[in-house]
Amino acid sequence: MRDVSRRDFLKISGAAFAASSVAGLIRPDVGFAAEADAETPALRIKGATETTTICCYCSVGCGAICSVVDGTLINFEGDPDHPVNNGGMCSKGISQFNVENIYDPETGDLIPNPRRLTTPRYRAPGSLEWKDVSWEWAIAEIAKRVKEVRDATFEEKNENGVTVNRTTAIGSLGGAGLDNEECHPLSKLMRSFGVVYLEHQARL
Amino acid sequence: MTNGFSDFQNADVIFVLGGNPAENHPASMRHIMEARANGAKFVVADPRYTRSAAVSDYYAPIRSGADIAFLGGLINYILENNLYNEEYVLNYTNAQYLINPEFDFDDGYFTGFEEVANGQGKYDKATWSYQTDGTTEWDTSAGYAWAVADGVPPFDLPKVPVYKKDPTLKDPNCVFQLLKKHFSRYTTDVVCDVTGMDKEDFEEIAKVIGSTGADDKAGTILYAMGLTQHTNGSQIIRALAIYQLLLGNIGIAGGGINALRGESNVQGACDWGILYHVINGYLATPNADNHPTLAAYNAKETAHSGYWSNKPKFLISQLKEYWGEAATLENDFAYDWLPKIESKNYGYMPMFEAMSSGEVKGLFCWGQNPLVGGPNVNFAYQAMKNLDWLVCADLMETDTMCFWEPDMEWGEKTAAEEIQTEVFSLPAMSHLEKQGTITNSGRWIQWRYKAVDSPGEAIDDGEIMSRLYEEVKRLYEDEGGAYPDPIVNLSWPYYDEHGHFSSVESAKSMNGYTVADGKLLANFTTLAADGSTACAAWIYGGYFNNNDSDNPADQPCGRRDNEDVTVSGGSGGLKQYPNWSFSWPANRRVVYNRASSFAESGKARNPERMLVEWNPDKGNWDRNDVPDFGFQTAVNDPETGKQAMDAEGKPVFNGNPPEKCPSFFMNAELVSRLFSPGMTDGPFPEHYEPAESPTRNALSSVQVNPVAMLLESSDFGESNEYPLICTTYRLVEHWQTGVTTRNSPWLAEAMPHNFLEMSKELAAERGIDNGDHLEIFNNRGTVTAQALVTGRIKPFTINGKTVHQVGMPWHWGRKGLAKGATANELVPNAGDANVGIPESKAFLVDIRKKG
Repeated sequence: MRDVSRRDFLKISGAAFAASSVAGLIRPDVGFAAEADAETPALRIKGATETTTICCYCSVGCGAICSVVDGTLINFEGDPDHPVNNGGMCSKGISQFNVENIYDPETGDLIPNPRRLTTPRYRAPGSLEWKDVSWEWAIAEIAKRVKEVRDATFEEKNENGVTVNRTTAIGSLGGAGLDNEECHPLSKLMRSFGVVYLEHQARL
Repeated sequence: MTNGFSDFQNADVIFVLGGNPAENHPASMRHIMEARANGAKFVVADPRYTRSAAVSDYYAPIRSGADIAFLGGLINYILENNLYNEEYVLNYTNAQYLINPEFDFDDGYFTGFEEVANGQGKYDKATWSYQTDGTTEWDTSAGYAWAVADGVPPFDLPKVPVYKKDPTLKDPNCVFQLLKKHFSRYTTDVVCDVTGMDKEDFEEIAKVIGSTGADDKAGTILYAMGLTQHTNGSQIIRALAIYQLLLGNIGIAGGGINALRGESNVQGACDWGILYHVINGYLATPNADNHPTLAAYNAKETAHSGYWSNKPKFLISQLKEYWGEAATLENDFAYDWLPKIESKNYGYMPMFEAMSSGEVKGLFCWGQNPLVGGPNVNFAYQAMKNLDWLVCADLMETDTMCFWEPDMEWGEKTAAEEIQTEVFSLPAMSHLEKQGTITNSGRWIQWRYKAVDSPGEAIDDGEIMSRLYEEVKRLYEDEGGAYPDPIVNLSWPYYDEHGHFSSVESAKSMNGYTVADGKLLANFTTLAADGSTACAAWIYGGYFNNNDSDNPADQPCGRRDNEDVTVSGGSGGLKQYPNWSFSWPANRRVVYNRASSFAESGKARNPERMLVEWNPDKGNWDRNDVPDFGFQTAVNDPETGKQAMDAEGKPVFNGNPPEKCPSFFMNAELVSRLFSPGMTDGPFPEHYEPAESPTRNALSSVQVNPVAMLLESSDFGESNEYPLICTTYRLVEHWQTGVTTRNSPWLAEAMPHNFLEMSKELAAERGIDNGDHLEIFNNRGTVTAQALVTGRIKPFTINGKTVHQVGMPWHWGRKGLAKGATANELVPNAGDANVGIPESKAFLVDIRKKG
């Protein structure tokens, strides 16, 4: 056998698994083939653009590799160079793939996960349903409500005359699923509004 | 975490309490198993025989809610059997410090308790104090010259107390003797009565853990929400700190206190002050009572010694980042524009009470789903109906954004027509569709690259914030309104060349820069208190500091060198990977690492696992990690007065010898705290029963932590009605409230339904078979799930009585491909005394077969 790096091995064996699944054949030897022969399908990730990422679930911080062809995520696997997970992924971690794409249960085709939200929506008071709205409208309406509530409830000074510049009428929850580069503007924006009910998942 | 995941491989004993890494942090198990393969012992205590327990060397069942009884017993065992590390305890803890002679503890109460109502109240902590012998002044001619320099807003400089100590550790008022006395009540018999543990199991575990008090042994403790979600959760963690400090296990390779946290960036979200009580970098949120002005803030918050003596630099640099040119010396760097809290709790549960009362009228949810993830879900639903408006940014539909929908069932449901809340559902990008960093539990800040475009109109949360900022600012500029200054003056330079939100530009502000020229700061040591530096959070200083490239791959957080090397002068090989990403603070992998070497000699406590070691020949420290102390001082060129350079053009430093290098310099007293006056509920941990418990407190007549947050909305129940202890837990197939995992076809198929896990004994007693449909109920709700009857849970004998415990995963909700009962409907609004985290891990229920 030629000298196969761990990374190559993972790629090859991953491809072998995919190939045997598609063909409905058990071909355990394929993963160890030194050279691809005519019968061996090309690697699924051949020609794919690879980018590294870190798992979005628990806090261990496992590395993963995304393989993208024509703008579509076609493979997701553990990063063998990563010192925490060394290429391994748990069942949840590997299923991050489904955040983007799923296999259509009817056709077996790779399709975007239809459960993703793709458009801003609004539910009016007392309404029984959502309606799709534009981003411009949504942001303008939210901003109006922030200002209305803030203006109506803002406390510049407390009863002792201390400057407090706050509103207790707006709350904000969340942040543990955001990037740091978003967490920083989140707390900054909320505190600039005067928000003090500012919390995220760590309190639970 | 004090240490990192790969560092677990250095441990001789790995103890897991209140966590289940094999299930919930699977990749961490690799490092545990590597350690085990090298001879380490893996110890697990848990109410259930978990997947982690299944691969352990020692396992003992422990009743939910009895952790301090167990840990108190462990502390007592270590002290009684002289297993503690004397050199460490004497030099690196406050063991020898003398405490106010009026401090006492009597039948469940520390001195200073003031009852407010029903046995609950608060503490006056006046007697929880060190004895001192006068004070000394800051030397503002040398080290503290910055504090009185031009351009620094003046504040009353701290006085440095002279502490009274007894190095013989014999004074009855020294911390060591008080500690011994306090925990002497935690005898093995008491511990086993309260926890339900077998005496042999307890002593075996205590012996194995206690063996790591030797200098050449390392013991680590890994925990998760099983320890924190209690009315005394913070004190449980304090108890971990105390036993680990006694054993000399903090600051060493293979040691530490390691929280296996739940979300990929929950660490970062804490770092960024998304909590009411802290602003960025763990500075206290300005409080109207304590910090009415900037001068008052700096006078109150600036530590008299140690690294927190630099706090004015961190705060003022953050204010400069927030308000840019509008933050000036004249306006106290816009300090007043930060909102101030009163001396009350604005945490998660109080927020929902404020929604219930109508105080909170509008709510943002950024990827958070409280109607599955928070306690007392039916109460939370009733509270949310009072909102005027709700904004939810998420990837997929959540129970929270859809709470009003006609087909959603709740305990006491209100018709959709009657719910007046306006709801905005905003489609957010996934982590694969944008770029930025997240911070793991080991404080590694790692960059993630964009892989694909987002579906439809989904945008990143940063862009949502950016657009909201612009629109609110525009409204205030056009129309005026209540005190617009903090909004219209906010600095928001987070745009790319297309005008979109840019995580790279945000990163620069987070790292910090010099105001005059915008140059990124190398690290946080050059932050200033005169407005000349801007930095959003001091601890991120150095994570994105390359001025020559905007490419994240060229930045410290983007580094991917996985060689197991030394930092300087050592041999490496300690699984610290100093050139992989960036670990805050200062790329340090093991915090408090000074304690890994002896106080006097600076020699490594364990030469095999040297983190830092004084090298007298070199006159500096050899280091396999970045030292957590001022290990060297820059040498100035006598001619120029500037940093001296050697022949190769490298800056010249003098190493600081061991006697000038204290260990725990984040504490003003420069040692760690076995006795901690900072806690709200006692300087030592004490066992109390959970807010809902089937037994009386065997250790005192005080049943529940007397300063716990017990909210009326809990509608507490008694054990005669609800005799079963219930705990919640997680499964590898799902993540938190399941918004993405219950919408993954693979995971929905792998783990489709919720269940209630119970012992064979309880099942037999109640005539329940595996798979039976059950109702699980208490005053707060009724949920339905199938029975999972296993041998993994056994009945406990608690204070002489048989007690049953059941457990239920909490991932499920009403939305998604895989739907199921929301266990959090049953959890009370009872919170930890210090941090207000709900008591999700020990509450009472009863069960019946569903007819």
